[in-house]
Amino acid sequence: MSPRAKNRLEPAKTNPEFIRNFCIIAHIDHGKSTLADRMLQLTGIVDDRSMRAQYLDRMDIERERGITIKSQAVRMPWELEGQTYALNMIDTPGHVDFTYEVSRSLAACEGAVLLVDAAQGIEAQTLANLYLAMENDLEIIPVLNKIDLPAAQPEKYAEELANLIGGDPEDCLRVSGKTGIGVDALLDKIIRTVPNPIGDPNAPARAMIFDSVYDSYRGVVTYVRMIDGHLAPRERIQMMSTRAVHEALEIGVSSPEPEVTKGLGVGEVGYLITGVKDVRQSKVGDTVTTVANPAKEALKGYSEPLPMVFSGIYPIDGSDYPNLRDALDKLKLSDAALVYEPETSVALGFGFRCGFLGLLHLEIVTERLEREFGLDLIATAPSVVYEVTMDDGREITVTNPSEFPTGKVKKVLEPMVRATILAPKDYVGVIMELCQGRRGTMIDMQYLGEDRVQLRYTLPLAEIVFDFFDHLKSKTQGYGSLDYEEVGLAEGDLVKVDILLQGDQVDAFSAIVHRDKAYAYGVLMTGKLRELIPRQQFEVPIQAAVGARIIARESIRAMRKDVLAKCYGGDISRKRKLLEKQKEGKKRMKMVGRVEVPQEAFIAALSNGDEKKADKKIR
Amino acid sequence: MATFHAYVHVPFCRVRCGYCDFNTYTATELNGYPQTAFLSHLRTEIALSLEQVGRRELKTVFFGGGTPTLLPASELVEALSVLVDSFGLAAGAEITTEANPDTVDEKYLRELRQGGFNRISFGMQSAVPEVLATLERTHDPDSVARNVFLAKNQGFKTSVDLIYGAPGETMDQWKLSVEVALAMEPDHISAYALIVEPGTKLARQISAGEKPLPDEDLQADKYEWLESRLEREGFHWYELSNWSKIAEGNSGHNMAYWRGQDWWGFGPGANSHVAGRRWSNVKHPSNYAQLLVDGSIPSVDIELLTETQQLEERAMLGLRLREGLDLDVVKKLNPQCARPVSEMVAEQLIDGRAALQGRVVLTLRGRLLADLVLRKILGL
Ligand SMILES: Nc1nc2c(ncn2[C@@H]2O[C@H](COP(=O)(O)OP(=O)(O)OP(=O)(O)O)[C@@H](O)[C@H]2O)c(=O)[nH]1
Ligand SMILES: C[S@@+](CC[C@H](N)C(=O)[O-])C[C@H]1O[C@@H](n2cnc3c(N)ncnc32)[C@H](O)[C@@H]1O
Ligand code: SF4
Ligand SMILES: [Mg+2]
Repeated sequence: MSPRAKNRLEPAKTNPEFIRNFCIIAHIDHGKSTLADRMLQLTGIVDDRSMRAQYLDRMDIERERGITIKSQAVRMPWELEGQTYALNMIDTPGHVDFTYEVSRSLAACEGAVLLVDAAQGIEAQTLANLYLAMENDLEIIPVLNKIDLPAAQPEKYAEELANLIGGDPEDCLRVSGKTGIGVDALLDKIIRTVPNPIGDPNAPARAMIFDSVYDSYRGVVTYVRMIDGHLAPRERIQMMSTRAVHEALEIGVSSPEPEVTKGLGVGEVGYLITGVKDVRQSKVGDTVTTVANPAKEALKGYSEPLPMVFSGIYPIDGSDYPNLRDALDKLKLSDAALVYEPETSVALGFGFRCGFLGLLHLEIVTERLEREFGLDLIATAPSVVYEVTMDDGREITVTNPSEFPTGKVKKVLEPMVRATILAPKDYVGVIMELCQGRRGTMIDMQYLGEDRVQLRYTLPLAEIVFDFFDHLKSKTQGYGSLDYEEVGLAEGDLVKVDILLQGDQVDAFSAIVHRDKAYAYGVLMTGKLRELIPRQQFEVPIQAAVGARIIARESIRAMRKDVLAKCYGGDISRKRKLLEKQKEGKKRMKMVGRVEVPQEAFIAALSNGDEKKADKKIR
Repeated sequence: MATFHAYVHVPFCRVRCGYCDFNTYTATELNGYPQTAFLSHLRTEIALSLEQVGRRELKTVFFGGGTPTLLPASELVEALSVLVDSFGLAAGAEITTEANPDTVDEKYLRELRQGGFNRISFGMQSAVPEVLATLERTHDPDSVARNVFLAKNQGFKTSVDLIYGAPGETMDQWKLSVEVALAMEPDHISAYALIVEPGTKLARQISAGEKPLPDEDLQADKYEWLESRLEREGFHWYELSNWSKIAEGNSGHNMAYWRGQDWWGFGPGANSHVAGRRWSNVKHPSNYAQLLVDGSIPSVDIELLTETQQLEERAMLGLRLREGLDLDVVKKLNPQCARPVSEMVAEQLIDGRAALQGRVVLTLRGRLLADLVLRKILGL
């Protein structure tokens, strides 16, 4: 076993030969963060007393959900054969929505630990992330994790992994992030096989920004990987895309707490603080250089991820609108994938149409906005982007269903994805059924081992962003995994369904759906609203319409009783408090025509059948 | 100057009815507080109140609960005489006690009558055994008629309380209860829609699906039927849930509440309103007693009402009365009330003629939607 390094290499002066930059990639939940925990402990940078599970998942949301959302880079010392090294490890998220976080991390590394749960085997994101790592020419270290589990089948999966990336099954390391077994050998192997970074120490400084977060105490913290040259504190630095100049107030490395250093040299990973408050001045993918000796050519940046799912986000209290704008601006800094622009809804007031990478991303952004910025929000049903061509040749891009044009539509294009689904072979039938029900066409089917099958389908994005994954999971008893990538647009027979309350359209509920599913959507929404909207003093018809044609209707009967008739004796205060409560409730009412709709009803109706979640928000 | 009234809260019940969330305790819930000590604690509170408000003639006295008639008649009479000795009694004052039907008999009633009580309100709730069982009422339904008869004979004014809309109660069962009540020829009837109060056993049973939720439409039907039936019998509504044969048959004590008069509520959890100030006493009898023994008034939640709050209360309470609400009060609270008032008239929720004369008076439909009408005219 390698001894713990006695002395750390001093940042800013580390010979790149003794630096190794790697990330841990895997399918969701295969144990990346837990393995990272063991590395933190083994290298001694987190002592046993401070250790807690998934140490690097620091956001409340990450801890509650038990998943990683943001990549985290950590510098760790390790000794091999008498030489001390500096390892920069990046723990990445596994969920498909956050693939862009992985691709950014990859660009800061020379190697990747490809982790596979030895009880689960290769899953869809294993393949997706492996592909990304190979595209980035990274050295791949295949590792089987969770070998402590009785259900682990390391032999079987070592074989499969070897088939996938070449090499001998015996080269595949076996570890347990839980017990720590095999982790020291893995660190040794990383040093042996991952190439050291190469750069020109005497060239003008070039550092790639791979992450940027807003911290309310420290301002904007920019994470960089040095490619060439050197950065030092107090130096005037320049962002190459915007030409903006700042002073590097603090430079450091995360280990895993921030440690101030005298700078960063070739191959090192660390952070910069410039005191900028404006979030747009430190863009992920930009190159940092110095004013004194500027680089001529910027590094190749990242292609910015394109949002795939759109939703309107509104403050429940209209006066929070400016706060919401502020919060989005701040979040945007650490979440390059988030896009937004102002939008107005009749039912919901002023808000923003926001673009997300997927549904989990949407959920997490809204939750962070609510939690970190103290906002109460409501999000409209998610929608994808449609390209509509009118008979008169006009072309319209629709990200908000209520803006779907009313005139003569010639054709509608919708985004398509290529989905890769992995599952045990017994589930092929149910998966095919599911995909067909979602307008999918099969591309191919392939056996990855004796009982693991990979199915590839072309599917409309709109059909998978909502509950496809939940259905896949339940139909395959949890064994199915999914990955997908965009593959352009295709024409679809799509219509807009509007929901009308007493004849007034409720814009937040309009949806673009396949013609065959319009009726089902109409029945679902009118039914939901009938349950959710309280009775009014008059009857309220609820209709679903495609154009002028009504396809479903329900009605809320007029309310006949709204009075507390009980003997309260002299307890007048209690009565007055009830009145005051009603006054409060009234603030949360939105008027649609003459109909009073409580916020809660909108939230619940928009919550996509997830009653529990809606409940939580109401309270 | 406001008139002065006394309420005495007797917080004891033999068993707790499933729907009830009043401040009342069964023997086991008293945590050792002796019922026999109650009278002496009342005396202490009366003495303290006298220091506070000085001698002010009582227009009405009302013993409520809980079950005041769980105390011996002599103790109720004694409590009344302490009040009368302390504050004095107005001529023709109304002295009421609530009574659970099977806690009194002829002797008990006579003792009360001789001791100065002149009105008695029976908690009848229903005449139908199944409904009484749902409500977990333990009294024998026949005892109500017997006791109303005895009370009337002894010269009491009588009232019965009914509850409509118990889970599973049919329209016919409700009609039967009303007919039985009318046959007793009480002077006054209170009819309350069953409210499922959070935290009660009934609320738990309903959320567990053991009992159905009361159907509000059916409750509305029951109310409308009741109104027409009582009207035919010569009863007139004077408050949303209260009917009497003649104006003198109204509960003077309750009218005092609704008109915002002054009263002191004695006993655990009782509410008071004196000179623009509201408070309530601590709820548990032991805590109540302890504070009194320490020489302090056992009050909590003291509120000095702002002018707006006072107006809101006037609106809230006045709207529920037959005499209605002065439009000037509404205007002060909501200068833009003209439009909603005219809308309410158009929708026949309030009486158009009365509105022209400056009062808001609910129509029958409006009575069932009184809270809505209030919100609308106050622009809430
Ligand atoms: N038995 C066992 N459980 C493990 C091991 N490693 C991780 N786990 C468990 O697997 C679950 C997921 O672990 P994480 O480390 O959060 O997985 P992750 O890959 O970081 O997940 P994401 O960041 O969400 O993609 C947790 O419940 C861990 O306790 C292991 O070696 N053995
Ligand atoms: C203060 S209670 C006590 C009266 C007495 N203990 C009895 O129950 O007969 C007065 C009246 O309030 C009514 N009441 C009590 N709880 C109620 C509820 N949850 N909903 C409607 N009315 C209720 C009953 O009609 C009851 O007679
Ligand atoms: S007897 Fe009256 S006060 Fe006592 S629990 Fe029943 S309803 Fe409540
Ligand atoms: Mg993780």
